[in-house]
Amino acid sequence: MSEPNTLLERQQSIAHPTAETDSAALAALVRRRRRRRWLINALRLLLLVALIGGWELGARLGLIDSFFWGRPSGIWQQLVTWVVHGTAQGPLWVQIAVTLEEALLGFLIGVVLGISFGVLLGRNAFLAELLGPYIKAANSIPRVTLAPLFAIGLGLGSQSKVALAVVLVFFIVFFNAFQGVREVDRNLLANARILGANRWQLFREVILPSALTWIIASLHTSFSFALVGAVVGEFVGSIEGIGLMIQNAGATFNANGVFAAMLILAAVALLSEIVITALERRLLRWRPSALSEVTL
Amino acid sequence: MQHSQKNVSSASPPMPRSPFQEASGDRRPTGSTPAIELRQVTKRFLTPRGQTYTALRDLSLSVAPGEFCALIGPTGCGKSTTLSLIAGLDSPSAGSVLVMGEEVHGNDPRIGYVFQTDAVFPWKNVLHNVAAGPLFRGVPRREALERARAWIARVGLAGFEDRYPHQLSGGMRKRVALAQTFINEPQILLMDEPFSALDVQTRTLMENELLQLWSALSASVVFVTHDLEEAIALADRVCVLTAGPATIKGIYTIDLPRPRNVAEIRFDPRFVQLYHDIWEDLRDEVMISYERAKHSS
Ligand SMILES: Nc1ncnc2c1ncn2[C@@H]1O[C@H](COP(=O)(O)OP(=O)(O)OP(=O)(O)O)[C@@H](O)[C@H]1O
Ligand SMILES: [Mg+2]
Repeated sequence: MSEPNTLLERQQSIAHPTAETDSAALAALVRRRRRRRWLINALRLLLLVALIGGWELGARLGLIDSFFWGRPSGIWQQLVTWVVHGTAQGPLWVQIAVTLEEALLGFLIGVVLGISFGVLLGRNAFLAELLGPYIKAANSIPRVTLAPLFAIGLGLGSQSKVALAVVLVFFIVFFNAFQGVREVDRNLLANARILGANRWQLFREVILPSALTWIIASLHTSFSFALVGAVVGEFVGSIEGIGLMIQNAGATFNANGVFAAMLILAAVALLSEIVITALERRLLRWRPSALSEVTL
Repeated sequence: MQHSQKNVSSASPPMPRSPFQEASGDRRPTGSTPAIELRQVTKRFLTPRGQTYTALRDLSLSVAPGEFCALIGPTGCGKSTTLSLIAGLDSPSAGSVLVMGEEVHGNDPRIGYVFQTDAVFPWKNVLHNVAAGPLFRGVPRREALERARAWIARVGLAGFEDRYPHQLSGGMRKRVALAQTFINEPQILLMDEPFSALDVQTRTLMENELLQLWSALSASVVFVTHDLEEAIALADRVCVLTAGPATIKGIYTIDLPRPRNVAEIRFDPRFVQLYHDIWEDLRDEVMISYERAKHSS
């Protein structure tokens, strides 16, 4: 009777690893993960070096015409020149600040307007039905074509650029806020109402948090569109800004200048992306991390 | 209040009582107004194809103050619809729904409702989910949170106060929902299959806990389930609904003594007898529902 018992026990001790082997397995897992991270980062760097090196080499060997397509060393020199000697329109940081200010202002106004109208129409079925066709029509117009109009109406100052950025941002945020409000789980609304929420509490504690998932998702694209609005506005007519720098570089066949300005824009966009992601982490803390974490 | 009462009397004359209701008269105080009353309620829905679908037809039911009433019926027959009418989330197409003698419109703070599907707020942690009711109702924050902590402990979730719903198991979320409802101390408690997501052990514990809470609150309960054993073990009366459109097929008074122990009462000979009787009724409806589902698919 005791024989099979001990056998069983022995088998169980094999089936259930002790705490020690557990932690050892965990450590091995962590090590494997870390090694994988390293490998990926190293390969990424290698890819970048290969790409830039290939470009440079191609340009030097004459396979790539650097007059039209620029070359990494030229782009770098252009950046150094701008930083050290300033641009044709003045110091580089002023150009960045001007464009950033236009984009940021357009972004903020567009987001506030977009959320307000989105929530209003999302909650009011009558208004939504009434205005629906007009909003869809307005949305179907390629809105960058408004740039010359704003330049005529609002002049060459920052207003025309802000206006373009607002228009671009507004529709993205509006549609997301609208959809977010409409997608609020009916069960959650019913539950909140039963628990005693009044209209304002319903909005603040159920509708807004629920729509926030959608709204914040739209902010990522919105900021790049705000930047597009500012730069395109500057293309069309301006006295300063990164858009004007690109415009000038293009007009003087300075391919390196176009690429250098593009790099600066990319850096600005990347920085804003980091800020928005931090905001998202904070506001959407309640979500499962697999969903809110956009790792790419 | 006067307005709504006048409305009722003009809309529908006093109903003759059905023989079923007569039979169950023993437990309720005679003469007092029922806590919940449905008078020949019909509910039609507009289907996406533009046809009407009748979910409830001429459903009459009344629940006495302090009574525990179980609703049982095949899936899709209209149980959840019935609860949403009592809760005032939807209005009947015909007939009237009365709570404490007044026709329902809008929300009644005396009603608590545990939904069939998950309805805890995913962006609130356990503590704030449970405290939501009192906070909505203007209870001072400190008091609301204190009461919430007590209720969280009561449903066995102490230590999980700052977890978000996605970090809980399905059974734990259900317990959050129960605490969220009970903290408001409702006089009328509507529960839609509240325990179906729980494992058997937790379920028995929660059923016993529910019976205790119920006797402490002296609430009137409408408890939807498709588990006949659960219905008999908990309720004063079991109402069997027909396969949709739902109407009352039979009402059975459960004369098992209280206080009951849910785990043990299943072995009571009287329990077995009741189970047998009600199952006869229920089985036909389940078969109808099953046949329909088979044909439509
Ligand atoms: N909003 C609606 N529109 C159209 N039909 C509906 C709507 N709500 C419910 N129904 C229909 O009414 C019937 C009853 O639904 P209900 O949710 O009350 O069923 P139930 O008895 O609670 O079922 P279960 O036990 O599966 O939860 C179903 O056939 C359903 O399809
Ligand atoms: Mg249901």
